[in-house]
Amino acid sequence: MKTKRNRIPTLLGYAINLALFAAFLILGDGLIQSGAISKYYSKVVMLIGINVILAVSLNVATGYLGQLPLGHAGFMAVGAYASAIFMTRTALPASPAFPIGILIGGAVAAAFGIIIGIPALRLRGDYLAIITLGFGEIIRVVLLNIDDVLGFTLTNGAAGLQNIPKATTFLNTFVCVGLTCFLIHTMMKSRHGRAILALRDNEIAADSCGINATYYKTLGFTASAFFAGVAGALYAGYIGILNPGGFGFMKSIEILVMVVLGGMGSMVGSVLSATVLTAVPELLRAFAGYRMIVYALLLIVVMIFKPSGLMGTYDFSLSRLLGKLFYGSSRKKQGKAGDAR
Amino acid sequence: MSLLETIFRQILNGLQSGSIYALVALGYSMVYGIITLLNFAHGDIIMVGAYLAWLAMARLALNPIFAVLVAVLGCTILGMAIEKVAYKPLRGSPRISLLITAIGVSYFLENAAQMIFGASSQSIPAIIKLRAITLGGVQIPGTALVTLLTAGASMAVLTILVNHTRMGRAMRAVSEDTGAAQLMGVNISTTISFTFALGSALAGIGSVLYSCAYPQANPTMGAMLGLKAFVAAVLGGIGSLPGAMVGGFAIGLAEAFVSAVGLSAWKDGVVFAILIVVLLVRPTGLLGKPMHEKV
Repeated sequence: MKTKRNRIPTLLGYAINLALFAAFLILGDGLIQSGAISKYYSKVVMLIGINVILAVSLNVATGYLGQLPLGHAGFMAVGAYASAIFMTRTALPASPAFPIGILIGGAVAAAFGIIIGIPALRLRGDYLAIITLGFGEIIRVVLLNIDDVLGFTLTNGAAGLQNIPKATTFLNTFVCVGLTCFLIHTMMKSRHGRAILALRDNEIAADSCGINATYYKTLGFTASAFFAGVAGALYAGYIGILNPGGFGFMKSIEILVMVVLGGMGSMVGSVLSATVLTAVPELLRAFAGYRMIVYALLLIVVMIFKPSGLMGTYDFSLSRLLGKLFYGSSRKKQGKAGDAR
Repeated sequence: MSLLETIFRQILNGLQSGSIYALVALGYSMVYGIITLLNFAHGDIIMVGAYLAWLAMARLALNPIFAVLVAVLGCTILGMAIEKVAYKPLRGSPRISLLITAIGVSYFLENAAQMIFGASSQSIPAIIKLRAITLGGVQIPGTALVTLLTAGASMAVLTILVNHTRMGRAMRAVSEDTGAAQLMGVNISTTISFTFALGSALAGIGSVLYSCAYPQANPTMGAMLGLKAFVAAVLGGIGSLPGAMVGGFAIGLAEAFVSAVGLSAWKDGVVFAILIVVLLVRPTGLLGKPMHEKV
């Protein structure tokens, strides 16, 4: 079975992507270190990175898994608090401690993802949306009141955690962004990812083909929660102060808007819309009051006129683009021949 | 105060908030029954109703009775307008799109209210000026009495409307099988509009009663109230009208008792915990009909 190549070799593709990404990191870091990008704009860029991770991670659950969780901010909160508690108590210096803090944030959020996912994923559609919403609110209430039960200060109630080491930098944020996109991309290209997509497209058919629905749904949901936790940990190190009020239903909706606008199931869509929706309001501070109204109207208008979002399920691939350049654009014909075989 | 008196008072509190939840839950349930949409904006209609009551009384100095009319009518029109503008174009599209649109509408109403009226609360003048009644040594506040009576009357009227009129029959037919109802000559659009109007009118009544109990209007008041009413609708079995009533009272009473034992900070958590337990143990709710998925 010999087919004519229409793509550049996989490893080469990864190498090119990695090189470009490294160049981007070095360039960005250099610009910030040298002061060419002001402190304010570098903050905005970091926030963009955090929101990209949030959007891409929610996209796993909405776009690939086809569910509608409304408690994503809850996972972010869990990750943020877990890492912040670790960071404020650890004796380690910030540079080795922060990666551990991020991993702890992700792991705790993933654990919550499993705990919540197993019961929640038994339900579908609207019910799943509501039950995740309920869990998100419960997480908020627990963070608010847990100290009274424990008898010592853990989350510090409504006042929140303060003096969290501000360890988030451009470099570690975007390394996390790159890793998140890479891991989710490779997961979705693997057999596990295909199983998840099959469940989205037709659960009954996938189930009867022997795909373990509960396992793969929980897997997708947990991955989504893990990266939300990572974003939360970065956010804690970015903002320095945490309180439960910032992780309510509204935050979940804000992330959802990013995913829906970019196109559910498109990673590049999530990245683009997270970037635009973070950058534009920051640059247009004067119109901050209108931002939420515009968000809401965008959500309604997109659903009515282009329900698949701006990018649909399209994903940009550098390897594919290079392949087209090198091997000509006879891709379509060959694709069909390959399918027939 | 004796223990018995405390218990009685808490039951009264529970029934008062429960009847408001029940009224709102009815709106959720009816809309879900007819187009299987979780109308997230329903809670925010209540918020708009409260603001309308405030505008009418504090700004225009209208008689409380007119203020109530303004609020209920405003809510009804708003509900129908939302259906026409946002939900109607999406008929036949995937449920997830409809749900996201509903979230968008809710988000829009909250933020529009915040822009127009500001983020801080506005206090609503007392709508009901009725003296407390003493019954067997226990005082029943006037607002509680009016709330219970109004809610009871509204539910009775609704039950008659749904079970004994032409429009009610059309509503039941559409919720049973939209396609078949259409073939039998039921006008689907009118029926859905009517359902939204009915649900929103109940929300309007709910908003007035809520303003009596908690005389404040702020842009996000509808979100939590709406979520809890929704929990009530799910608890009773979504799509079932008696279920929504039972669920509303159950949630109200549960909240009152959680507060009574001194755990009021956990009140919201308990409501959602009830929701989760219900969804896991009996997803169709107390009085709901089981649904089967077809291939």
